[in-house]
Amino acid sequence: MLLRLRPMTAATTTVVRPHLSPRLSFFFHSSPSILSSSPIANFRPHRRRIFPSRWSPRRSLTTAASSAGQDWKDHAETIEERYDVIVVGGGHAGCEAALASARLGARTLLLTLNIDRIAWQPCNPAVGGPAKSQLVHEVDALGGEIGKIADRCYLQKRILNLSKGPAVRALRAQTDKREYAMEMKKVVESTSNLFIREAMVTEILVGKNDNVEGVQTFFGMNFYAPSIVLTTGTFMSGKIWVGRTSMPAGRAGESASQGLTESLQHLGFETDRLKTGTPARVDYRSVDFSGLEPQHGDEEVSWFSFDPEYHIEREQMCCYLTRTTKDTHQLIRDNLHETPTYGGWVEAKGPRYCPSIEDKIVRFQDKDSHQIFLEPEGRNVPELYVQGFSTGLPERLQLALLRTLPGLENCLMLRPAYAVEYDYLPAHQCSRSLMTKKFEGLFFSGQINGTTGYEEAAAQGLISGINAARHSYGKSVIILERESCFIGTLIDDLVTKDLREPYRMLTSRSEYRILLRADNADSRLTPLGREIGLIDDRRWNLYQSKQAHILEEKERLKAVRVSGGDFAAEVSRLSGQPVKDSSSLESLLKKPHIQYKVLDKHGYGNKLLSRIEKECVEIDIKYEGFIARQRSQLQQILNQQHRRLPEDLDYHSMRTLSLEAREKLSKVRPQTIGQASRVGGVNPADITALLIYLEASCRKSTEKKRQELLRSIPTEADGTGSSLATAAQA
Amino acid sequence: MALALLRLLVPCRRHKNPLLSHLLNPKIPLFLPSSPLSKTLIPHLKTLTSRAGAPEQTLVLTKDERFGSSEAARDEATPEAGTIAAIVTSLGGGAAAVGIVRLSGPTAVSVAARVFRPVGRSKEASCAFSWRPRSHFVEYGFALDQKGNVIDEVLAIPMLAPRSYTREDVVELQCHGNDVCLRRVLGACLEAGARLAEPGEFTLRAFLNGRLDLSQAENIGRLISAKSVAAADSALAGIQGGFSYLVKSLRKQCIELISEIEARLDFDDELPPLDSNMLINLIDDMWHDVRQALDTANYDKLLQSGLQIAIIGRPNVGKSSLLNAWSKSDRAIVTEIAGTTRDVVEANVTVQGIPVTLLDTAGIRETDDIVEKIGVQRSEAAALAADVIIMTISAVDGWTEDDTKLVEHIWKNQKSTGSAIPMILAINKIDCAPYFSVQTFEAVGNSFTKHVQTCAVTGKGIPELERAVLDVRGLDPIPAGGRRWTVNQRQFEQLLRTQEALSRLKSSINEELPMDFWTIDLREAALALGEISGEDISEEILSTIFGKFCIGK
Repeated sequence: MLLRLRPMTAATTTVVRPHLSPRLSFFFHSSPSILSSSPIANFRPHRRRIFPSRWSPRRSLTTAASSAGQDWKDHAETIEERYDVIVVGGGHAGCEAALASARLGARTLLLTLNIDRIAWQPCNPAVGGPAKSQLVHEVDALGGEIGKIADRCYLQKRILNLSKGPAVRALRAQTDKREYAMEMKKVVESTSNLFIREAMVTEILVGKNDNVEGVQTFFGMNFYAPSIVLTTGTFMSGKIWVGRTSMPAGRAGESASQGLTESLQHLGFETDRLKTGTPARVDYRSVDFSGLEPQHGDEEVSWFSFDPEYHIEREQMCCYLTRTTKDTHQLIRDNLHETPTYGGWVEAKGPRYCPSIEDKIVRFQDKDSHQIFLEPEGRNVPELYVQGFSTGLPERLQLALLRTLPGLENCLMLRPAYAVEYDYLPAHQCSRSLMTKKFEGLFFSGQINGTTGYEEAAAQGLISGINAARHSYGKSVIILERESCFIGTLIDDLVTKDLREPYRMLTSRSEYRILLRADNADSRLTPLGREIGLIDDRRWNLYQSKQAHILEEKERLKAVRVSGGDFAAEVSRLSGQPVKDSSSLESLLKKPHIQYKVLDKHGYGNKLLSRIEKECVEIDIKYEGFIARQRSQLQQILNQQHRRLPEDLDYHSMRTLSLEAREKLSKVRPQTIGQASRVGGVNPADITALLIYLEASCRKSTEKKRQELLRSIPTEADGTGSSLATAAQA
Repeated sequence: MALALLRLLVPCRRHKNPLLSHLLNPKIPLFLPSSPLSKTLIPHLKTLTSRAGAPEQTLVLTKDERFGSSEAARDEATPEAGTIAAIVTSLGGGAAAVGIVRLSGPTAVSVAARVFRPVGRSKEASCAFSWRPRSHFVEYGFALDQKGNVIDEVLAIPMLAPRSYTREDVVELQCHGNDVCLRRVLGACLEAGARLAEPGEFTLRAFLNGRLDLSQAENIGRLISAKSVAAADSALAGIQGGFSYLVKSLRKQCIELISEIEARLDFDDELPPLDSNMLINLIDDMWHDVRQALDTANYDKLLQSGLQIAIIGRPNVGKSSLLNAWSKSDRAIVTEIAGTTRDVVEANVTVQGIPVTLLDTAGIRETDDIVEKIGVQRSEAAALAADVIIMTISAVDGWTEDDTKLVEHIWKNQKSTGSAIPMILAINKIDCAPYFSVQTFEAVGNSFTKHVQTCAVTGKGIPELERAVLDVRGLDPIPAGGRRWTVNQRQFEQLLRTQEALSRLKSSINEELPMDFWTIDLREAALALGEISGEDISEEILSTIFGKFCIGK
């Protein structure tokens, strides 16, 4: 259950001259944190990975005494901790960001409230699903981690939408939540250039040029870096609710992070509040599965990662399906006044894709039963996740409610369902690099941008991690265009659209999804990952040989022809279409219901190809026409869509724009024409007006330059100048 | 390689980004060799000071390596914003002598080449023909449709960039000034890859390409925004209740279908499976609705441009008398001599308010007379171009062998042009054979939509003939509910686009493509319908999904 709330504190936008206060407060109050500078040498990690000896890292710790002026004279030397990138938060966004940044050679500090909760899965321990799996594949193709960990820790894997088309085929894995967190933590801990520290960040330190310089923690420590990534999740002023009772917390049992929201508000950021929730967990051993419909994993396991090293099969666990009953519905109807939404103590508009069970029952009164999935949370954990059953009812009613479900009549509840509300920053304050428009070097990722989901978080984390590292080295930031991948679509939506609910990735959000499939995520993005520096030689060679195999096989299928025989007979039987003599294998593969397997069966397949490669070949050939059509449609709109808009446009002065468009465009400040057209309330006429305005002002400025040039000639060279000017006029 | 390295290391400003340029020109190597020195883009030096000002950005449009080759092939055809086409002379008024279809854009010449065939080139040669026109040099020839049939006789005037109104390549096709010709030529251009120009788009391009000055531009801005605002909120409102209702309900159906499908793509395990037969039936219904709308749109055109009726038949069956009786004139010369009419004779009448042009033709027969031969050819041409054919026979002679031949001949001609013009059988001279039995026509009855018995001398049967004409064209004199509306070219075009999308959808279904592919053409149809009603679809689909289904974890 997720809800949107009014901000707890009014969204004040007082801008304090930022470079004054934080700095000074550090100098005056942080004397207790003085450390000796001797352990520096031990602190230094080995740099083995991508940037060997040639990289001369900046000194890991710098003494600040020399730069500190008179006040410092009396104190002993203090250590100033300097990094290239600081990532605040160790969730799914934070881990990807920190890993990407460190792997690119940036000295990266990961600050987290609790090291034992790195990469925790506080809600459904599952990765993937429609559209989300595309994100995971894409993150993996760029060299991210989430897919590998999910492949390593899965309890069950299933392909969804198998028969509905290659672009919407989606892999979903139930994961072992403990194992997942452990594995990710291991990776984070063993990555060179990556340092972990427990801390609660309360303030962002900014410099004179609207750039970030570092963060300050609750205990008064300052950490410095030119790039800061905030991935605060549900922790910023987090508050959890069970029924009418609430307490400050980021998750059940974990303290919230206080003070950072105010710091961001002081810096002029607009904040708002969202709410999300998680259902109850029941004890596996108290459930009677005998009458429930089991849901097994796929026999042939598929993978998120393109790296075959992670393709290690393991024993799968089973999920179960149960349903709400009359009693469930009755109990909820009788107690609606006890739920936050219907009791009226929370002003609520729940997100549409994640309704609470009470919402479902109230809104869809004609349905007398709803599906509920029981999903294991781990191999050594007795917890079952009750999917589809989140509720705002008080704890005293929750067990009774659970026991109305078949199979759960005698169940024991381990954790009650609860909701959490937290601060987020509407993402129109970020550009598509995920860097904030206000402060250079400050990046936001994950739930702080209003998203939900581990996959959405990981995707943003990867991009901000890459860009934070690049920024700290003075490199251009990377922006993925909307049309190139789901990650780009996600970020484009976040920064242009006015979100009214937590954002979840859906297949229908992508206009050209037939081009953005799981199977081609690597051929779309791995070359970029290589260029950025996240794909090592081994992965790159694997990638290249895979592409070569696919290409060769497609050539072969074009060339090999068959006439008659068992094979042709079977093809014509399966497809219901006649087979001409001397048909190419390619043309046979294009026929309905003919899969590569049929070729294999009759000995026309290529034994050297892997299952994944065969699938790629099949898709490329089978849907060639559609793919080509979409590509050419896309190509037609791209040039205009990608036309850049100057950053300093004064939309309010453009009389030809509608009032609404002026307002929305001033707020969102899109970077391209395409983005502008996706801002809500901007219609095609506004876009035309914008194009005309751009062209007009461009021409005005050239004209002005020309005039100035003409005027400057006579003053520079008196005698000859006038004759030149005359010549120019003539 | 050094160059490539440099390109990647230099921070890219503005549009110049290496990946995009690589996309456009794959010959430039994109990737660095895997030597340890160049494993990263991030330079070793840290240049804090260089970061003043706006952050630099590298915009990445990744390409799919698996489709690398096709990309290169398409490059030259990649238009800046497409090639546009429109009828630039006024429509709907009285027929002018000449009307102009203008094409503008980077592929204007190649689009025109697909439509235009200069005189002196055979059909066969035109397949491999690439038209390389000389700028500002008028060429005479024919406009052809996709199948290669001649639509009109035209003059093509190529004006190559930058010496044109829009400063793009422009080709103007001067056609005959009647609406039907113009629309068919425009239709052919659209089929050949152009898209219909937005209101004022030629002028907009002229401006964007630096052709107009600022004061002119401001006027255009006002003009265009006024027009599109009008298009968005008033194109349908009020004035055309029936049409608006149809478009909106079709669009709603499209969106509901998309939602049905997409809800199941995103929330696979939470919804009951879809009944694909029901979907297919719905899609069929929609297709028929669109077709009907198009027919109605055609009716609207008929109101403006009128009907052409060709009266054909063997010599001396009374075609000319029929024309004279119908038009209450002595427009055609009538004698007892077979083959009196040598040329096509026109007369104008009004049937239920619809202007009708009657064409009396030379009797069709084998002949050695050179003048009559030309007349016969013209008769056949008139029959092909008409909206309705009235085949006349004489009740005295009954149905003859020659009549059968004639009908078969007309059929053959029609088949080759792919049209199906409704035919009415007029049994003339009924006064001379009062006991004439209709039964004798059973054998050929199927080829005619209607039989009417007439007597040209007394004028008997003319009202029945008029009714038959209206009937076969579906021009019911009593308007059925909501069928009277006016559809402009833009709306017509979008209806066509809808119909094409639905036709493709039907073929996807027949080829048993997975359901995700259905959404592509459904979206296209919804977008086209949305263009008429001025609505966008993206958020609406999501709202429908969430409003309609109980989903979510």
